[in-house]
Amino acid sequence: MPVSPLERPSAPQLFLIFAGIGLTSFGGGLSGWMLREFVQRRRLMSEEDFLNGLSIAQALPGVNVTNMAIWIGYRLGGRNGAIASWLGIVVPAALLIVLISTAFSALAGFELTHVALAGAACAAIGLSLSMGLTAARRVPRRVFPLAIMATTFVAVGILQWPLIWAVLVAGSLSVAVTYYHG
Amino acid sequence: MPAIALSILLVFLPLSLVTIGGGQSAVADMHRQIVDVHQWMTASQFVDAFAISRLAPGPGSLLATLIGWRIGGAWGALAATIGIFGPTALLIYGIAHIWSRFEGARLLKALEKGLRPVAAGMILAASYVLINSLDSGWIGRGLALASTALLMMTPINPLLLIGGGAGFFMLLHMTALV
Repeated sequence: MPVSPLERPSAPQLFLIFAGIGLTSFGGGLSGWMLREFVQRRRLMSEEDFLNGLSIAQALPGVNVTNMAIWIGYRLGGRNGAIASWLGIVVPAALLIVLISTAFSALAGFELTHVALAGAACAAIGLSLSMGLTAARRVPRRVFPLAIMATTFVAVGILQWPLIWAVLVAGSLSVAVTYYHG
Repeated sequence: MPAIALSILLVFLPLSLVTIGGGQSAVADMHRQIVDVHQWMTASQFVDAFAISRLAPGPGSLLATLIGWRIGGAWGALAATIGIFGPTALLIYGIAHIWSRFEGARLLKALEKGLRPVAAGMILAASYVLINSLDSGWIGRGLALASTALLMMTPINPLLLIGGGAGFFMLLHMTALV
């Protein structure tokens, strides 16, 4: 769905949105969080545009979530949007991690701290899995793309091959076949 | 910028470009450089920092920031952050820029469509690895699946969900089930 320029967030707004995502996303799964924030809740981007960015963010070197922040920031706000989004996802969380590391020794003595963190981690995995299922739903229901998806899953998840080979082999094969089939 | 910060920057700049797939791939090499080559931290200090970076919110590669902070204070943290995030930030920025200028070109369409199943496979694989690494047994897996279902079927706030997960485990712990 096209978004009119009027509805687009300003650079400071992008900074605040990403700062919120960076500071509240315990246990990883930040891209799931972004999908929710930008596509499902605020409707600033189409699911299609988001997933394109995600494919690229994952295939390229770099932390997926900061890559995604730059991608989304650029799509919604050009250069300033990209810079604001990148600062938003990195800087507040960087300050927080320094604070946490100084506070951690005090809390580490309580067993309940570890129990709570384990529970939070389990729930947080849902963000990653729901994201994966959303992306899988958008893969065309044809033999070749489904086989590529399954092969990538097995190579990376079960055989634990280095990600770079999975991306290079499966990615270039898939892109080449898609290209020749128009 | 003090000399130590410059050395930290030079360690993390090249590491940035090997962080394919979310920063995990660089951790082994970070360990080698920080603990073995430069001996800035002991192995156990490194593991402590690693654990904290997994527990804290935000990108996991903030491990670099934390290491920089421990070694070189505020300048060290700044240098490590710029080093680990900078080069790839410029790379994706360049791609995003090219993408919006040439959107619709046949090769870019093939790239976008062709990478879609690969990305889906990778995210599912990451979820699978995460679920397998849970040491909370079937209760934890059940909670992960229930959380997935809630996220897909309801507009629930993820923070509430994660807080709920923490609360649920504490409750179980107090009733001596976990």
